[in-house]
Amino acid sequence: MSQKTDIAPEVFQYMPDEREVLKVKVNLPQSKIDTIDRICESFDNDPGELINVLHEAQHEFGYLPAEVQDVIAHNLKIPVAQVYGVVTFYTYFTMVPKGEFPISICTGTACYVRGAEKVLEEFKKELNLKVGETTPDGKFSINCLRCVGACGLAPVVLVGERVYGRVSPDGVKNILDEYRK
Amino acid sequence: MSQYKIHMLVCAGTGCQSSQSGLIYEMLQDELERKGLRDDVQVIKTGCFGFCEKGPIVKILPDNTFYTQVKPEDVREIVDEHIIKGRSVHRLLYLDPETEEHVLDSKHMGFYKKQLRIALRNCGTIDPENIDESIARDAYQALGMALTELSPQETIDIIKRSGLRGRGGAGFPTGIKWEIASKNDAGQKYVVCNADEGDPGAFMDRSILEGDPHSILEAMAICGYCIGATKGLIYIRAEYPLAIKRLKIAINQAREYGLLGEHILGTDFSFDINLRYGAGAFVCGEETSLIHSMEGKRGEPTNKPPFPAQKGYLGKPTNVNNVETFANIPVILLKGAEWFSSIGTEKSKGTKVFALAGKINNVGLIEVPMGITLREIIYEIGGGIKGGKKFKAVQTGGPSGGCLTEKHLDTPIDYESLTAAGSMMGSGGMIVLDEDDCMVSVAKFYLDFIVEESCGKCAPCRIGNKRLYETLERICDGKGTEEDLEKLYNLSNVIKDTSLCGLGQTSPNPVLSTLNNFYDEYKEHVFDKKCRSGKCKNLLYYVIDDENCVGCMACVRSCPVNAITGAKKQTHYIHQDKCIKCGACMQKCQFDAISLKSDYRVSVES
Repeated sequence: MSQKTDIAPEVFQYMPDEREVLKVKVNLPQSKIDTIDRICESFDNDPGELINVLHEAQHEFGYLPAEVQDVIAHNLKIPVAQVYGVVTFYTYFTMVPKGEFPISICTGTACYVRGAEKVLEEFKKELNLKVGETTPDGKFSINCLRCVGACGLAPVVLVGERVYGRVSPDGVKNILDEYRK
Repeated sequence: MSQYKIHMLVCAGTGCQSSQSGLIYEMLQDELERKGLRDDVQVIKTGCFGFCEKGPIVKILPDNTFYTQVKPEDVREIVDEHIIKGRSVHRLLYLDPETEEHVLDSKHMGFYKKQLRIALRNCGTIDPENIDESIARDAYQALGMALTELSPQETIDIIKRSGLRGRGGAGFPTGIKWEIASKNDAGQKYVVCNADEGDPGAFMDRSILEGDPHSILEAMAICGYCIGATKGLIYIRAEYPLAIKRLKIAINQAREYGLLGEHILGTDFSFDINLRYGAGAFVCGEETSLIHSMEGKRGEPTNKPPFPAQKGYLGKPTNVNNVETFANIPVILLKGAEWFSSIGTEKSKGTKVFALAGKINNVGLIEVPMGITLREIIYEIGGGIKGGKKFKAVQTGGPSGGCLTEKHLDTPIDYESLTAAGSMMGSGGMIVLDEDDCMVSVAKFYLDFIVEESCGKCAPCRIGNKRLYETLERICDGKGTEEDLEKLYNLSNVIKDTSLCGLGQTSPNPVLSTLNNFYDEYKEHVFDKKCRSGKCKNLLYYVIDDENCVGCMACVRSCPVNAITGAKKQTHYIHQDKCIKCGACMQKCQFDAISLKSDYRVSVES
């Protein structure tokens, strides 16, 4: 228990130097770079706020492509590998754009024992998608999530923010039809 | 609240909001407005009532009328009948399944009778977005008392004497934790509230944060006073937007009232709270991972010691407590350590909140005194198993826990008895399983979760759990061997002994506990190639019924792998060793002669 025990070694200081260099590397319109700058600025460009920055950025862009991560890394003065490491570690962050109507099927335990698997299969079959994919027209994407905490309504499906409770495999088509128009 | 004659409480927890309680709230307001009753009747959005099974819920005070499964179209009737004419709307009252009578007063509902609500004291009673209602229910009084009448050590002593233990799962005594943090000298210390409720099927913390956010803020400030910290952080899942919204409102209101910030209540004590968001990683419930995540890094755990109380957030002493633990603090200070320690069992004091879910009639959130039996929870509070099926097991503690079976039904529940039964208290998820559930599949389900959530830092957890999962998968597919069963045992124990953090050290528990309690089912899967619940698809067999089969050849022609033989007008036969279980034959058969059977024993050629 001595005081000598180390905390995680400091990351080596990588300092992408000039903004000019960045512009060559990053293929984003200036307006988007400005948006990212604004987000980072609102957290004082503090690397400790990386996760909050990523939340905001994903909220803004819908996903976190490599280019966005690059600009964030530059602003927070951390290696882009560290940003990428964080983005890929947490399931909430995605590098692939989701569909216009992202479908999330809860596969928490309560939903699982009440038949979430069959509901998931039905969505996959109906949309001809795998988990994590988006339909070619960009309309739907399928994702699994672990417990939204509405276990009384199990099995639960979310389309965007809207919650559908007690979904049965037979009801899947009806849900999709609501958005297919 | 006094000028109103009637209060209508509308549940605005996540569960009820998902079934339109927000709309019901607005329609009630409109309807009352139209009838000119706005000055007599107050409509309040509250936190979770716990009875999520029958949501959305509208409760009417002072007569405790409890309306369940209210729909927007019922609003007018409730106002006309109940508010104006004073008659309750019978069809919306809770129907007692035993007496088949409508229950008028919620106090007489089986669901509430055995409950004792301490941590949930304000959930479903107050408007969580209004600090005045919290204050009217004694919020911040304990903080005031601690700041003006007690020294930090005296406050810690009260918590120690109360016997409160961490409600996040491991059950470490809270008072001792605080004392350790208080004794470490440092310029800056931190109080962290762990609201990263990752255990699938558990929603205790979410309900407390949504229903009574001020109790958490108050308790964190008390903790800050005790350990000498001026900064608090709440690490909350981004998947809980409603809880985040209410916390933000609560923090701003508390700052406005001078209950957070500089010189709280005119004393020298300053304390402020900020939010940090999780991003969907189960391992971040582990305190060292959580701290790394708050620092903006990957949520990977590190070895303990040093404990967070020595070196935590930004290398400073940090005290991490779970939401429910904090929710107990203010009440303990107000009512006294002796009062609290009079509830519960010898070593586990107070109450525990459980999220009851799965195959049970009353899914919901309950708070019960420690020492209650599983039978009371399932049959009295929970109202028994759904559809009158047979009880099989209860999974507690989520992916780190195990299952309790029929023989544990009368064991008093506390930290020690659950551990002795091969499970653990965990954060409080309780998933009820019935005879239709396959225990091997349940173990596989949890392992699947662990494989996905393992952070990958240490090999035993990263690789070992993957191998465990594959072995279980083989068994469920009917390819398991005797050796596999042995391997499950050995590998589980190695993973437990050698993993770096709590996640790996407990991850094989679902396997071990199902092996211990349901070894027969494992054996059936391995030796008889049979799954008694019919959950394992590969252990179901398509069988032709001699009596119904007319020998039409339809199935023979439809079989893509020529697994069906038989001449015209003679009974056909499916060769199980060739069958790929595509189900084409069953679809083609017009005589209902083909069915799926789980107990059709076949000797699979090896």
